[in-house]
Amino acid sequence: MILLETIQETAMTLMDKAAIDIPEDYLSGLKRTAEVEDGDLSSFVLQAMLENYEAAKEDRRAMCGDTGCPRWYVKMANDANLEGGPVGLEAALRRATAEATNAIPLRPNRVHPLWRTDHDNNVGINAPEIEFAFEPEGDWIDLTTVHKGGLFGTDYRMLFPADGIEGIKRFFLDSLVAFGKRGLSCQPAIIGIGVGGSKDTCMVLGKRAACLRTVGDRNPDPRIAELEVEFKELGNSIGMGAMGFVGKSMVIDCHIEVGYCHTGGMQMSVHAFCLSSRRACARIHADGSVEYRTDPQWFTPYQRRETVEWPATAPSRKSA
Amino acid sequence: MASNSAFKKVRLKTEPDEADLRQLAIGDVVYLDGTVYTAREGVYHRVVEQNVPLPLDLPAESGANFHCSPAAAITDEGEFRMGAVTATASFRFSKWIGQWLEKSGAKLILGKGGMSSKDYREHFVPHGAIYLTTVGYGTGALLGRGVRRVKNVHWREELGLAQAMWVIEVENFGPFIVESDLDGNSLFDRENAKISEGLSKVYEGTKPAVLKRFGETDDRSDELI
Repeated sequence: MILLETIQETAMTLMDKAAIDIPEDYLSGLKRTAEVEDGDLSSFVLQAMLENYEAAKEDRRAMCGDTGCPRWYVKMANDANLEGGPVGLEAALRRATAEATNAIPLRPNRVHPLWRTDHDNNVGINAPEIEFAFEPEGDWIDLTTVHKGGLFGTDYRMLFPADGIEGIKRFFLDSLVAFGKRGLSCQPAIIGIGVGGSKDTCMVLGKRAACLRTVGDRNPDPRIAELEVEFKELGNSIGMGAMGFVGKSMVIDCHIEVGYCHTGGMQMSVHAFCLSSRRACARIHADGSVEYRTDPQWFTPYQRRETVEWPATAPSRKSA
Repeated sequence: MASNSAFKKVRLKTEPDEADLRQLAIGDVVYLDGTVYTAREGVYHRVVEQNVPLPLDLPAESGANFHCSPAAAITDEGEFRMGAVTATASFRFSKWIGQWLEKSGAKLILGKGGMSSKDYREHFVPHGAIYLTTVGYGTGALLGRGVRRVKNVHWREELGLAQAMWVIEVENFGPFIVESDLDGNSLFDRENAKISEGLSKVYEGTKPAVLKRFGETDDRSDELI
């Protein structure tokens, strides 16, 4: 049995790590980008960011003043047993979000969209988002928090088969150029692209591609993996760098996720996960032990499942 | 990596006179000493549209308006705790900025991404104000280190923690980059123009989408702001 107290304590720690510690994969990617940047202003910006990560870590203060919109991705292994069940878990995550907002402190970013009411704790109607997924084997739960900035760098478009890969390329460029000017999307970023699904799943896939995959990770479909590399290079060839200054630092990595879609369409979304790529994860085991990491390991074969049945599911377990 | 030593670094007080500002060119790096206050849409709406009197003496107390909401909290004992501070995008405040400069006497607008050249010409230049952009974005932890103390928080109840006016004493607060100068020249405009020259080559081989959108442009030198 995984206790609620363990969940809440772990969640508080994750909020702190996400806000303060830049994930190692992103940091290494940014350092590689900084090494080849030859635009003087863009280079100055990257150097300042590298110093900023150090300052955040040393002072244990948030790396960016806009601490984004905290959200939760929860993955439950099929045999996980939670005190209070999923409803108890959700309450623990909401409490941790509110308390950590004050304790770290984070910016209380979440307000009512119309009345602009602010509870000063990043909790409100439908906030924070808590999304659930499952894995066939095990008795652990994985908690991932992502504090993504919310205003720029993301777009959606209904494309059609006639638009083809060139159409995808064009919309990718449009998103980078449009939001890259003045550095609105806080590039260089991990760019996530969702292709297919329906409009909502397309957005979800793209966002997860940006926020839940690490720099260097490739899609298991080799042709999609090739596109990821090609798009990364394309983005860095625009002539634009950090803050929209002349340079070549736009994309730290590009991740593409797909979902089967309507036969007539080819939905596409683009998401930029900024210079402060805030994500932190932990696995809580059934014995209450906790392992922290920065790779959500979200996109397993099971998450990308494409068939009706999954081999390791119910029948054998029922008889056990 | 390109060398950073080329940039002129300047320490500037938060109530600069014209001569202080005249020496600054777009692209210079600035660190601030003195007092800055946060004000964004909540404050602008109250002051400009509802004509609520300012809760502090401006520009006597500060000539530096930061488009920012800090990552901060107020404890039960009334103490202020400030972690990181980073700017929010300024172009959204265009409709208030002229009257705000008039009422506040601000000479420095600090924010993210600058404002349009039209805003600089029509509002900043006549008021002798310049725009300093934060770097990154955002160097929240570095800026947080430059905060000496929170002097006051105005309209905390009325506007909430994020939109309230935080008045903060700063020292060596930066880095900022000069985005607009006293003549209204813009660093972002200059960079955009250079980048636009190469864009048609980047787009080579792509065609406009099958289904168009209202208001769509194929001129990539256009900006969205």
